Amino acid sequence: MTTGEPLIVLESVNKWFGPLHVLQDVDLSIDRGEVVVVIGPSGSGKSTLCRAINRLEPINSGSIVFDGQPLPAEGRGLAKLRSEVGMVFQSFNLFAHKTILENVTLGPIKVRKEKPAAVRERAMQLLDRVGISSQASKYPAQLSGGQQQRAAIARALAMQPKAMLFDEPTSALDPEMVGEVLDVMTSLAREGMTMVVVTHEMGFARHAANRVVFMADGQLVEQAPPDEFFGSPKSDRAKDFLSKILTH
Amino acid sequence: MSVLVDHFDVFASGFWLTFQLCLLSAVGALLMGTLGAVMRISPVPPLRWVGTAYVTVFRNCPLTIVFFFAAFGLPSLGSNADFLKIPGLDSLFTRLGIDLPYFRFGIIALSLYTGAFVCEAIRSGINAVSPGQAEAARAIGLTFTQNLRFVVLPQAWKAAIVPLGSVIIAMIKNSALAGFFGVVGDLSNGAQNLTSALGEPIIPVFVGVSIGFLIMTAPLGLLLDRIERRRTVAR
Repeated sequence: MTTGEPLIVLESVNKWFGPLHVLQDVDLSIDRGEVVVVIGPSGSGKSTLCRAINRLEPINSGSIVFDGQPLPAEGRGLAKLRSEVGMVFQSFNLFAHKTILENVTLGPIKVRKEKPAAVRERAMQLLDRVGISSQASKYPAQLSGGQQQRAAIARALAMQPKAMLFDEPTSALDPEMVGEVLDVMTSLAREGMTMVVVTHEMGFARHAANRVVFMADGQLVEQAPPDEFFGSPKSDRAKDFLSKILTH
Repeated sequence: MSVLVDHFDVFASGFWLTFQLCLLSAVGALLMGTLGAVMRISPVPPLRWVGTAYVTVFRNCPLTIVFFFAAFGLPSLGSNADFLKIPGLDSLFTRLGIDLPYFRFGIIALSLYTGAFVCEAIRSGINAVSPGQAEAARAIGLTFTQNLRFVVLPQAWKAAIVPLGSVIIAMIKNSALAGFFGVVGDLSNGAQNLTSALGEPIIPVFVGVSIGFLIMTAPLGLLLDRIERRRTVAR
């Protein structure tokens, strides 16, 4: 599905949390339509990398370019950029005081100033697509984790984003709910959405990713198509990591 | 206790005036406090400094001193607080519009002082909203103000309502000071007239004043208890 035309480009990105060097000279280019899965041990900087792309984490040095434009500083420019990049969080973060439908329609109505009636119609189609249209008038707390995460995906899609970021979308879910969320993500990937997915779901990485990026200690250690990465990892860190997670 | 019956009109009109003072001051304090809280969490450092300075000064100065500044300081600066003669509102609350400024000064003193506490109550409410909520709002492209208005404040408000209620109850009690700073005819000034000018016995008069305040504060307290209990059940 990749087009060879870069949508997200990170160049020598560095980020410190105090003395902790969490992103070390990271270079990464993601093409339009490409699905990149980021894996690695915890604390390796995967989430920070994902969150840096829409500047939820500001970086200390280096550059991030999205769709030809460098990330703007705080302000309206940044808000506009964020509206074009969908984000799905580990803990869903649905707006607790709004119904599922209101969660999905808030962005298009307030940020894009679209007509509420048209937005509601599109939102219902999206909720239908992720299989929870019957829950539209409920509040987030009334839904299961898997349903909430699918609602969060619908909320991000409602902005018609150019790319989607997933920050460990299934890590907070009960095992039996992981599949329903991954199904939605897989179908998105098939439709050509540009996706950056931080996850521990190796199955998803194998069958939905165009490229697997392995991170450790704030560095991009290895990147390769999934078959190659899982079949014959080159770096010792990746071999070590895979041997630990694939033995069970 | 016959004074309560003989001078019922003094207590009734005193109650009405104190009630007006409290209602207007509560609105003022909520506005000041919300503004202060928004400033204190704003991404612009000078705004944060102003918010913090406001809270530091008014939370830590005695209310009596704030009243002194309002009732004697403002006139010496040449202000009669005429900006509070709000057209329309002054026909409903007639004291707002009159020449004698002390009712307006009372509102200013109570609003500024109570606003500092409102600010902290709202800020604690904002802190009770999980950071993920604001983050998700930013991620879909809401601006700082939209984020506050549509996502953070509506939830912060719910968490803050019980502490806010306590702040307002304290403010209603504090409003008794206004009668000693030029406001004519509120509960405390009315009582003072009854005891000093008319020589009525002190204890029954102040029992009457206490009843006047309890009529305002006690139901508010019960309401807060009820909100809190309903919240616990919902949790």
